[in-house]
Amino acid sequence: MYLSGTDVGVHGRPRDPAALPRLLLIILALLVLWPGLVLTEFNLATLVDPRNLDIFARFLAGFWPPELSSGFLTLLGKATLETLAMATAGLVLALLLAVPLSLISSHALSVSALARGQPSPVGRMLRYPARLLLIILRSIPEIVWALLFVRAVGLGPTAGVLAIAITYSGMLGKVYAEIYESVDRRPAQALLQAGSSRLAAFCYGILPAAAQELTSYTLYRWECAIRASVIMGFVGAGGLGQMIDLSIRMFAGGEVVTILLTFLVLVLAADQLSNLLRRRLA
Amino acid sequence: MKRQFEALIWVALLLAAVVASFSWLKLDFVALFAGDGLQQMHSYAASFFPPDTSTNWLRQIFHGSLETLAISAIGTLLAALAGAALSLLAAGRLGTVAKLLARLLLNALRSIPELVWAALMVLAAGLGPFAGTLALALHTAGVLGRLFAEALENAPPGPTRALREAGAGPVAAFCYGTLPGVLAQWLSYTLYRWENNIRMAAVLGFVGAGGLGQMLYVTLSLFQQPRAASVILAMLVMVLLVDALSAWLRRRWG
Amino acid sequence: MTVRLDGVGLTHPGGFQALHDIDLSINQGERVAIIGPSGAGKTSLLRLLGTGLAPSTGQLHLLGVDPATLKGQALRRLRARIGLIHQSPPLPPRQRVVTAVLAGRLGQWSLLRSLISLCYPLDSAGARAALEPLDLQDKLFARCDQLSGGQLQRVGIARVLYQRADLLLADEPVSAMDPVLADHTLNVLGKVAAERQISLVASLHAVDLALRHFPRIIGLRAGRVLFDLPAERVSQAELDQLYSNDSFNEPVFADPVSAIAAASLEAPRRCT
Repeated sequence: MYLSGTDVGVHGRPRDPAALPRLLLIILALLVLWPGLVLTEFNLATLVDPRNLDIFARFLAGFWPPELSSGFLTLLGKATLETLAMATAGLVLALLLAVPLSLISSHALSVSALARGQPSPVGRMLRYPARLLLIILRSIPEIVWALLFVRAVGLGPTAGVLAIAITYSGMLGKVYAEIYESVDRRPAQALLQAGSSRLAAFCYGILPAAAQELTSYTLYRWECAIRASVIMGFVGAGGLGQMIDLSIRMFAGGEVVTILLTFLVLVLAADQLSNLLRRRLA
Repeated sequence: MKRQFEALIWVALLLAAVVASFSWLKLDFVALFAGDGLQQMHSYAASFFPPDTSTNWLRQIFHGSLETLAISAIGTLLAALAGAALSLLAAGRLGTVAKLLARLLLNALRSIPELVWAALMVLAAGLGPFAGTLALALHTAGVLGRLFAEALENAPPGPTRALREAGAGPVAAFCYGTLPGVLAQWLSYTLYRWENNIRMAAVLGFVGAGGLGQMLYVTLSLFQQPRAASVILAMLVMVLLVDALSAWLRRRWG
Repeated sequence: MTVRLDGVGLTHPGGFQALHDIDLSINQGERVAIIGPSGAGKTSLLRLLGTGLAPSTGQLHLLGVDPATLKGQALRRLRARIGLIHQSPPLPPRQRVVTAVLAGRLGQWSLLRSLISLCYPLDSAGARAALEPLDLQDKLFARCDQLSGGQLQRVGIARVLYQRADLLLADEPVSAMDPVLADHTLNVLGKVAAERQISLVASLHAVDLALRHFPRIIGLRAGRVLFDLPAERVSQAELDQLYSNDSFNEPVFADPVSAIAAASLEAPRRCT
């Protein structure tokens, strides 16, 4: 559209074809921005409001020195391990749910599709509910599940583990199914045609080709699970989150700083470790 | 052979970590699912149905959803602005000292989770959506700043250098020489993070930072499960809509 | 005196000495072509004249001042008066032609004007006037990544024409154009220089183009000036000496077509 000759405006000056769209875009942006600022109660003045400023200044003043007493560090160490354990246990439970669901929902192993080119109605009737279940599992944020489980099974890491297990089974199941479908399907189809069971066809026909991608995605999700379990404690599901929530409520600035530094180390270390494992295993 | 052996060791270590995790947490699933436990969970789950669909509540949910969208949009916008400024420093455009400091700041901003920022911002700005907006902006500024800086480092230096050699000032030369090359990438990073932030904005309310999360937290605390159920459904619908919209946009322009 | 070099040498950061002890002066309104084999230092010399590089030894005077003594605003004012046409124009692919051309005057515009013009081109008539002699006016609102190599090169030239510099420098300005277009484009450059009484210094691979369009020819070889003569006095013997090669016999380009073919072959390993 730009390639056509340029229009000449009233004053012999070329008319910019992009001017009107740009103007409209700016007007639209302003029209959306305004209610957005109103809805978020955007007001920088509240930041310098003497009362808020006073509270926050006292809080910040407590930041130095960081709390390094051995009692606190022991608690912190335990909470860190609990966080890591929550992420790992949650991911393992998620795998237990995700693998069967991904096998059901993927049409890579459809026997009926071999003969007729597309899956049978029965196969589809099994597959769609499995896919719907995966969508619902992953679309509700993990911390919402945690909030619900804390009320159902009580305070503590169990709720966090179950929350991670549920959300991550949905994420893993969906991506696993996509990975099965993306690899070369001929080996698995040959096995199915030769009469082997679906599980055998999966293990010998699909798994070897997909193993690398599956490992790498699982490790990525493990990294995400660590980030997620760090905040689980805000709803009472144990780990570091619970500690920082308490410290903030108690205005213990020194403790907050130490925990924040732990976050920094934990997130950077998880980054490095999952990179390392990816190189070693994949 | 050596490689396989190494991989085997790593697998063994992973398994050990898994076993250690379960034993450390002392997860007692037997008690959870045997006898009373299951019964209690069932009755708790049943108390969510049917969801509250009264017009008044739905209107409040609609307002909460808009608030959540606004928090995510304004938060992401602020983050993109701050991230752009910090990325200039982090890409080393203004000296090595500034570069190191900016990288440190970006790492700190992004390794503190949104929810923790929200808890801190509730102290600084009071309860409500403004705290959530600031929290999202701070965390996302760290994420975007790093991505923006990478884009800047990969941008060819030629166009800007040529403009400088023709007498342009540093700001004008950047805007005409580098910005057109990185803007599209910056924009796509920002939109991707926005999508992420909509989910996040929905739960920031758990610490009092507004939006649907705050409604969910309050109704659950007041044991109004049917009302909570409709909030959860609203979150679900919002996430699914955003997913579908971004998938459509990606197919169209990706 | 527009340009004066006294014993100028240039050593690149890697330790490679690109230019040795060059003495040169170019008067206002003079049109000079620099020719020589690739690697002779043509691009280095032009970047030196464009203040992109500073001499390692010797003295350089441009438009009456030594750029080494200038800083900040004063240096920017000098740079705004010097226009360098690059062999492969450094234009962002997503930029529109109109913006790319208007960027020529960033050195003269205030920051506010520059930023407004980025959103809405304030002088699109001026940009079109710069593109017109190069037959590119209907690409005014096209994006740079929609153009061919030759068109892109002409956009780069239009930018420098729009800059209205007092010293025009051109590094292989027509290397991506066919012979007819190259001829036409050099005509445009020469006409602009003659009309505005400004100096034009261009490096060229095609010897016949140089001889046809430029009254004065400088032969550069291995970083030294081999000859500096009026075009009509440049003989075949001098050209042979300029392009002779110890390791293999490189043909001397008498016809423009093979010169351009060679230029495009050279392009990838051009050092800047």
